[in-house]
Order: sequence, then structure tokens, then C-alpha cells
Amino acid sequence: MLAKRIIPCLDIKDGRTVKGINFLNLKDAGDPVENAVRYCEEGADELVFLDITATVERREPLSALVRRIARNINIPFTVGGGIRTVEDVQSILTSGADKVSINSQAVRNPSLISGSSSRFGAQCMVVAIDARANAAMKSGYEVCVDGGRTPAGLDVLDWALEVQDLGAGEILLTSMEADGTRNGYDIGITALLSKSLHIPVIASGGAGRPEDFARVFGPECGADAALAASVFHYHEIGIGELKAYLQRAAITVRV
Amino acid sequence: MIALVDYRAGNVFSVTSALERLGAEVVLTSDADVILSADRVVFPGVGYAKSAMDELEARGLLPVLRAVRRPFLGICLGMQLMCSHSDEGDTGLIGIVDASVERFDAGVCQKIPQIGWNRILRPRGPLFDGIRDGEWFFFDHSYYVPLLGDATVCETEYYGFEYTSALGVDNFYGVQFHPEKSGKAGERLLANFLEL
Repeated sequence: MLAKRIIPCLDIKDGRTVKGINFLNLKDAGDPVENAVRYCEEGADELVFLDITATVERREPLSALVRRIARNINIPFTVGGGIRTVEDVQSILTSGADKVSINSQAVRNPSLISGSSSRFGAQCMVVAIDARANAAMKSGYEVCVDGGRTPAGLDVLDWALEVQDLGAGEILLTSMEADGTRNGYDIGITALLSKSLHIPVIASGGAGRPEDFARVFGPECGADAALAASVFHYHEIGIGELKAYLQRAAITVRV
Repeated sequence: MIALVDYRAGNVFSVTSALERLGAEVVLTSDADVILSADRVVFPGVGYAKSAMDELEARGLLPVLRAVRRPFLGICLGMQLMCSHSDEGDTGLIGIVDASVERFDAGVCQKIPQIGWNRILRPRGPLFDGIRDGEWFFFDHSYYVPLLGDATVCETEYYGFEYTSALGVDNFYGVQFHPEKSGKAGERLLANFLEL
């Protein structure tokens, strides 16, 4: 049986790790490679690096940083932010990333998913979905793009099913309401996607306490992986302690 | 010096980095003389079996790989290519080990490919020195090598189905998982390989 994965996320701006709430009021949070090495040593199962300014400012992806990360860590990692073409995907992968994550550009150009997936394999295509509650949508959630700024007019479940068909290997689902609150993951939409898809779902947004992880991995929700940033970055939850807690809660983790 | 076999087998940057972190000198090569005179040979692989075999054949590497007498390590698709036949593109393989590579049965294994951290069971032999039974490694594959008797040096279970997650015959070793992505356990396995 596969282990449930704990995934620290590093938001990157201008080559530095940054932290904010709801993508606003960013503060410097250190060197991404140093942060990454520390997470590996603490027992992270995977890492995600998101260049959070890339989509808005249309900057080039961070190939040089990706190479530096790949040279220094020994667990799988995903890079996202500003990836627009199959060539961008190739550049990130050949720089040493295991997967790329695409978000806004997947909505604008769904053939980027199928084109990259058929060329490099579904295992390296993560589609990130930023979900905002909207009662007018069938699932109750609408897809947002541009770092959550722009509603895309798509139902989250419909979109998730579509990207699965297009060749996505994994969904990174962020609840815009829960993100930064530390009040727990959004169980409703995460459970709906976990139960409706045959590809893994990574829950994101809202982690505050070890109980939140246990709940999102538990039978009620069924996420395959849980992503968090602040609680790991500010040492509020140690990954080792978190895994020990999850193990006591009968959740399969790599320890 | 370690020869890392070059046949456009996907991304080799991580394998190179992992070996270099252990102090090894790595040369990416498809030159027969370099491969046959290297201290160790690492045979990576990500992708489709049939296209990989076409590329190896075009480079004249099949007899070269069979002739290696120093410690040899196939990783992921590299391990599968060491067998004799694959259903992935219905292709003959290098034939170092007599085994047929098959696709996970979708009726049994609900998620294909298997991507993530899984355990190795009953590891045996020098490659696993200091690595415990049940240790976690990172896997990413849709096809598998069946259980092979003595040539299987550890197993892994996926949805209750057991298959070969590492094999060893004479100087030839293969691992289905990615040691270069498997944290400290993977690092230990690569260090063990460098000590063989």
C-alpha cells in the first residue's frame, strides 16, 4: 500500500521563498534550496515549488533554481508557475524536476495537458486547481485562475474530470477560502474529488494542526497527499512528529 | 568512474546528482569502450520499452550491455529492459534475465501507474546492506517484473499483488524503484552499489 504523502510547499518569488496569506502581503522566508534540504532531512515525502509571481508578470520559469534544487535533494519534487508551453514543461523536467504543475494555463489552453502528458507521461503532469466557493456551481466550487484572482466560470468537479481525461497524473486542489486560515483543509470539495477521480488528489490550503492532516487522509475524505506551507516553514508542526501522530491514527505514512 | 548509459532515457540529472553527492565520478556515455572499462555501470530509464530498445539497438549497445562484467545497476525501466520480453510495445529486451515484463492488471491494481512511496519486502544481498525489511522507496511504473525465484532479491506488494522490486544475477542488479528519489534509504542503496 502506498504511503500518504506529506508535501511542504515553497512559494518562490525572485529566487527566494516567500510567505503570505491568500497570496498577499508577502514576506521573505529564506533560500529555497536550504529550506528544501531541511524538509528532506525532516522526512518530507515530496516538495512543491510554486513561482507565485510568474503567471501575473509572465516571467520565465526558474530553470537555474530547479537545477540547484535537483542537485541538492533526494526526494521527488514538482515545479509550477508560469509554465505556458510544452517546451517550458520540457525545460523544467530536463532541469531535474520530477513533475510540473500547471494552473491558469491549463484552463486557457487545455491541450498543454494532453500535449505534455503524451510526450512526457501522465506521472509528471500535475494540474493545480484553485477552488472558490460559489453556490451557483454544481459542486459548489468554481475554478479560479491568476493566483485565485479571476473566476474561470468552470465547475471544479467538471474541470477535474476533464483534466483527468486529458492526461493529468495528479490534482493539486487548493481551497481559496481555507488557504492561510489554519482552520483545516476543506473536507467537502477534497472528498468529492478524491472519490470521483482515479488519479491522486493533493489537498492544499488550511493546514493548522496534526488533526487536520489525519482528517484529510482519513476515510471521510481520502486525499492521497497533503500540502502545507506555513505550519512547516514556521516549525509549528515538525514533519517527524506529524508522521508519528498519523501513524498512531492508523494512517500509512513513510517513517 | 561510473558509466551512466546514454540512450536518451529521459532525465538522468537526478541519477547523476545522487551519485555525485556520494563522491562518484559519473560519465554519461554510449561509447562501448568507456562502458566496458568503467568501474560501475548504471543503466537508467524512463519511458516506453519499445522505443528504448530501438534506441539501444541503433547505438549498438545490446551486446555491450550483456558483456559488462563490473557491477551493473538498472533503474526503473532500466531494470525491466534487463529481462527478455516486455508487453509494453511487445518487444524483445536485452535478455540478461529470463523474464517477461507485464502490465499491472487493472482488475487488481486500481491505480495505474503506481506512483509513490511503497515498501520493499524481505530485501537480501549486498545491495540492501543496512536497509531494513519494509523500508520505503519511491516507485513510478505501470509495468512490472514477476517473481523470479533466486533472481528476485526483494518483493513489493501493490493492491495485494507481489512482484519483483529488485533483482540480482551475478554482477547484474536492477531496481524497479528510484533510489535517487528515495531519500536516505535510496542513498544507502546507491552507496552499497558503489561498494560492491
